[in-house]
Amino acid sequence: MTSTTSPQGSKREYPAGSLAFPHRDLLGIGQLERHEILFLLDEAEQWVDLNRQTTKHSDALAGLTIINAFFENSTRTLLSFEIAGKRLGADVVNMHAAQSSVKKGETLIDTAITLNAMRADAIVIRHGSSGAVDLIASKVDCPVLNAGDGQHEHPTQALLDALALRHALRERGHKADDFTGLTVTICGDILHSRVARSNILCLTALGASVRICAPPALMPAEIEAMGAKPFHDFDAALEGTDVVMMLRLQTERMEGQFIPSAREYHHLFGLSKDRLQRAAPDALVMHPGPMNRGVEIDSEVADMIGRSIITRQVEMGVAIRMAALDVLTRRTRGIDGWTNDGSGVTWA
Amino acid sequence: MKQVAPLTIINGSLVLPGGTAWGGLRCVDGHIESVGEVSARDGDTVIDAKGKLITPGIVDFGVFAVDKPAFHFGGITRAAVMPDQNPPLDYPSRVRLVAYSGKPDLWVHPLAAATKGLDGKELAEIGLMKQAGARGVATGRGWIADSGAMLRLLQYAAMLDLVVVSHAEDSGLAGASAATAGDMATRLGLPSAPAEAEALAVARDITLAEMAGAHLHIRQVTTKPALDLVRAAKARGVTVTAGVTPAHFMLSDLATAEFRTFARLSPPLRSEADRQAVIEAIGDGTIDVVASGHDPRGPEDKRLPFADAEPGMAGAETLLAMTLTLVRDGAIDIARAFDLLAAAPARLLGVSCGRLETGQEADICIIDPEKPWIVDSAHMAATAGNTPFDHQPTQGRALSVFKGGVELTS
Repeated sequence: MTSTTSPQGSKREYPAGSLAFPHRDLLGIGQLERHEILFLLDEAEQWVDLNRQTTKHSDALAGLTIINAFFENSTRTLLSFEIAGKRLGADVVNMHAAQSSVKKGETLIDTAITLNAMRADAIVIRHGSSGAVDLIASKVDCPVLNAGDGQHEHPTQALLDALALRHALRERGHKADDFTGLTVTICGDILHSRVARSNILCLTALGASVRICAPPALMPAEIEAMGAKPFHDFDAALEGTDVVMMLRLQTERMEGQFIPSAREYHHLFGLSKDRLQRAAPDALVMHPGPMNRGVEIDSEVADMIGRSIITRQVEMGVAIRMAALDVLTRRTRGIDGWTNDGSGVTWA
Repeated sequence: MKQVAPLTIINGSLVLPGGTAWGGLRCVDGHIESVGEVSARDGDTVIDAKGKLITPGIVDFGVFAVDKPAFHFGGITRAAVMPDQNPPLDYPSRVRLVAYSGKPDLWVHPLAAATKGLDGKELAEIGLMKQAGARGVATGRGWIADSGAMLRLLQYAAMLDLVVVSHAEDSGLAGASAATAGDMATRLGLPSAPAEAEALAVARDITLAEMAGAHLHIRQVTTKPALDLVRAAKARGVTVTAGVTPAHFMLSDLATAEFRTFARLSPPLRSEADRQAVIEAIGDGTIDVVASGHDPRGPEDKRLPFADAEPGMAGAETLLAMTLTLVRDGAIDIARAFDLLAAAPARLLGVSCGRLETGQEADICIIDPEKPWIVDSAHMAATAGNTPFDHQPTQGRALSVFKGGVELTS
């Protein structure tokens, strides 16, 4: 058994080596067990500390090549992965779809085979179609990290949200580092949101009760089967909640009209200071970004000191991605207990 | 393929419209001459069925490709081909070309495009296409959204005594969806449409068909509310018939897990409750036809993210075996199975086959309903192996296939 120091200094026990995280890829929260989620969060703590130093550098991944293949536009996630890879000492290359051969009609599979042939040690992929990252992962020989696929999953976002939440709660004196007893309300365009799906899976796995709030047209069918309680009335959804996570309207994914107007949406589903009163006293406010201030969230809430942890989410993103890159490349790097040594791990 | 010598098949279990009977049949000049207690005469080619089933050749109603090896593997002797070809079957000469494309050992019955370019708006030259060999008229892969256009089509087809084959999915609800709204689609994050999109379309099409006095055939009815509408319409005497493919009675949307694009179909796979409703509807006669929907698709269409992949399955080889599971499960008997597979589609097309009766064309199969085999997408007779039943063990194979009294050699 190996142990990792948890924030409170208590030792959490994990199975030895790769048994703690027996996956080649990080494709979604849905593939992870609760203890695997906690393992990644605990692993990230060391990188949170490092990132707060003046010299933010490790040579853990020196000599490895990481390709960030982004088939969909991204600023913060791409930057976050790039910084994470560089702080670990890896050679990081970014591939933007706009300047790639995808535009010339190359199929996704051919692109994947091409990236594979360049002997990347990890590939980080964002793609506009659900399941695209799974498909690429099945065609390459190295670890694949999902940086968001369509409306399916965005696992590192959910992990960084959990880490940011854990840190904020710790500062308030919470002892446990899972979320048992916590109520989290996620409001916004749930239908088109991979962030919502990954967060529902992650938060419920860590013990939180999750409420989901959206107008009917933006609420996915049978979302309650994923363990979330659906609401259409934002005020009711906010009642006594400990955490409010706001999501933006993904107008780029909408075919047809889903809401009458942004100002009406703000009236019904926007988080204002007044509305936040309905939540628990000192309830935390989260947003994965980018924010549309004045639509789903008012500036005075987004910037509320002591309540909004939106910038902390961004900070934790780098640490989580460092942890994910570190853990997934341990096999390649021949770390003790992580190689194919017949220890019985089947890579899934 | 001209039958030279008379053919006598003996020692089999004849699958007749009313049930099975021991015996054989004799075929002369491409037609069935006698059924039952037959004895071969001098000069006859004699085939011993060795106790296996002697059945009509399968008439596959609504395929997207003429794929002879797959059809012959599956015991299919005739196929009604959908107008969704490239270019579409919206012009008499194209219809005529397709009508002759399978002969002599496979007869292809074209279904004419209802509208030019299958755009759902402007009527195609249906009368001329009928003359050219069209045996029905079809809306294609899509629904005709314009109710006025659909009514005019139904009225016109009724005048020409042609069945109208419709695809029932309300296009406003279905949009660009790739899955049925529900737990599975939500988890996978797939663009989805409510299953009710089918009932809406069926309700409208039945209403218009009733007004027009037309024969409406809904090629695939896959949900309980839509099946209830068909059942009620039949009860009040509307000339509506319904079909389905094995995917919708064998699989639910669980088969789309892990983004398996071989399970990307149109209409999409439904809930388990709807799957059960389809089986019930086959049992009670609400569903008239089981067809393959054969649509072989190579990796360029299928090795893509789920929603970007083309819908469709290569179904010709598995049609018989999957339908026989309904017999083994007791949902239907073997006679009914061949009504669904052969007699009913032959009636829709107005062709003289599909039953083992004197005077019918000698399209015949010898079938071992128990023969075990494993579906393997890598080794299929079809031009592509996109089967949602990949790796599934199954039972039932055509041992011999005869078209017009002549045995096909594969």
